[in-house]
Amino acid sequence: MSKNRRFNPDRDVNPWKGAYRPYDIAKEVTVCFIVVALLVIVLSALFGSPDVKSVTLKSWSNADRVDFATTAIAELDGTSGTATYGAPYNNVAGSGQKVGPVSLVNLMGVHIPVNPSADFVINPLTTVTGQPALSKALATFKAASPAQQAKWEKAYEDAVAKAKVVNNTLVVPAGPYGPVGVLIGELTSMATSGALDTSIINSSGFYSTDYTKSLLFVADSGYLANKGAAEHLSGDQWGMMNGTANYPGQPWLWLYTLWYQVPPFSTSWSANADALVWAFMMVLTALLFFVPLIPGLRSIPRWSRIYRLIWRDYYKGRV
Amino acid sequence: MTTTHDAPPAYEPLPEDADLWTAKIRRKLVRALPPDRMVPDRQPAYLSSWIYIFGALTMSALAVVIITGTLLALEGPAWWHLSTVGLFVNSLHLWSVELFFFFMVIHLWGKFFMAAWRGNRTLTWMTGVITFMASIGAGLTGYLSQTNFESQWIATQAKDGINAIGAGAFFNVLNFGQMLMWHIMILPLAVVALTVLHILLVRTKGIVPPFEIASPEGGAHADATAETAGVEG
Repeated sequence: MSKNRRFNPDRDVNPWKGAYRPYDIAKEVTVCFIVVALLVIVLSALFGSPDVKSVTLKSWSNADRVDFATTAIAELDGTSGTATYGAPYNNVAGSGQKVGPVSLVNLMGVHIPVNPSADFVINPLTTVTGQPALSKALATFKAASPAQQAKWEKAYEDAVAKAKVVNNTLVVPAGPYGPVGVLIGELTSMATSGALDTSIINSSGFYSTDYTKSLLFVADSGYLANKGAAEHLSGDQWGMMNGTANYPGQPWLWLYTLWYQVPPFSTSWSANADALVWAFMMVLTALLFFVPLIPGLRSIPRWSRIYRLIWRDYYKGRV
Repeated sequence: MTTTHDAPPAYEPLPEDADLWTAKIRRKLVRALPPDRMVPDRQPAYLSSWIYIFGALTMSALAVVIITGTLLALEGPAWWHLSTVGLFVNSLHLWSVELFFFFMVIHLWGKFFMAAWRGNRTLTWMTGVITFMASIGAGLTGYLSQTNFESQWIATQAKDGINAIGAGAFFNVLNFGQMLMWHIMILPLAVVALTVLHILLVRTKGIVPPFEIASPEGGAHADATAETAGVEG
């Protein structure tokens, strides 16, 4: 720093020429560690930690076969959340949130290819052997024109809206849905038996640590959304700050979560809310990072006079 | 070479050894990190407030986080679902994380209202902010590594924000293996390295003095001065 630069109280200080006093840092750190460790043990003994079991395709389909079948047909006909998501999973015209004219997600493109119709429905069914009716339905569906497939899918969508579960079996009213009834019926059976979990997770080999496809499938369901809302985890419930079973979640994300609750992010900007909230938080983070260099912002501590409270011993008796 | 330690040197450094890389590095290290500043036993008199304890509390909570996380790592990510001991260790990990962030946020706001960047301490402030950000990433990936409903929920919700800024292409919150690696290797390494750098800067630059009502000589300040503040901690 130049000796000739004008003193700025929000940037500069003079060398301390006052008194020093003994200060045992090693003792302070040791005592702090012991106190924190004891506090953690007491909190853990008193409150423990939550562990709500994960949702599997098996548990979801057994709990709500109609919801499973409704989601499955949406995956097949390309109307599900994942099928219409766009990058980084698939190419969908008009998808991708924007900040102004820029869509960063589309600039990055498709890096984790997911084709819900093939990955969630057709490919798992293709692994089933010894079921002639299913093999025939698959062959018929694959041989049909896209227009014919769409007609069957629409008819099944209408029918499944009136479906019921009788004796643990999905019963869909009759309709002109061709082979689609067999396909979704068999997929539901695969799911309830647990075979669909294995089929999707192990689609790339015996070992897997990547649950992208299973999670996207489950996330398209109404079941997961309802379970999340029941745990107060939804976005409009300040979800990120909450943990399951009423435990604290990530309260340090309060500012990030806040913007989702307030206009215009929650109203006129909601279509691009994720991109805009992230962009806004990046700006705020940059301001926090560069606060020592930003005139005005770096003066807030001096203007606030909260420092008088912090250093009250020092200022005692001073003008 | 001049050092402040009391132990007698094992040998007398010879002038012809002065150009050895090792000797140069040692001289630079001692110059940059003098022991009496690294581990001082006296502090300026103004260092007298409960707010100063939150830096040490944050560091202590981080130590507990790392110890409990290491215990969880010994048995693998699914252990705590199956064992009461594992569940208790998971509880220790959770509560140490909650306390870590609680202490860190108070520490951060305390330093903000002290304008602790004054006197060539900008880098100290900036490393603190980056450590906070890296810790948020470590916390998020920890929640994603729980292998339970909470992980599933957070993954499927967080993907939208991360995808929206294009980062989802290479940071896939739905990929458990990737998130676990970030949580137990990359981000802890970053948080610890940043914390060490932050503490070294705190020690070398010292604790920021109070805003002065007037200069120590009693007059108004006319010029900025290079402030290195002696051995203040």
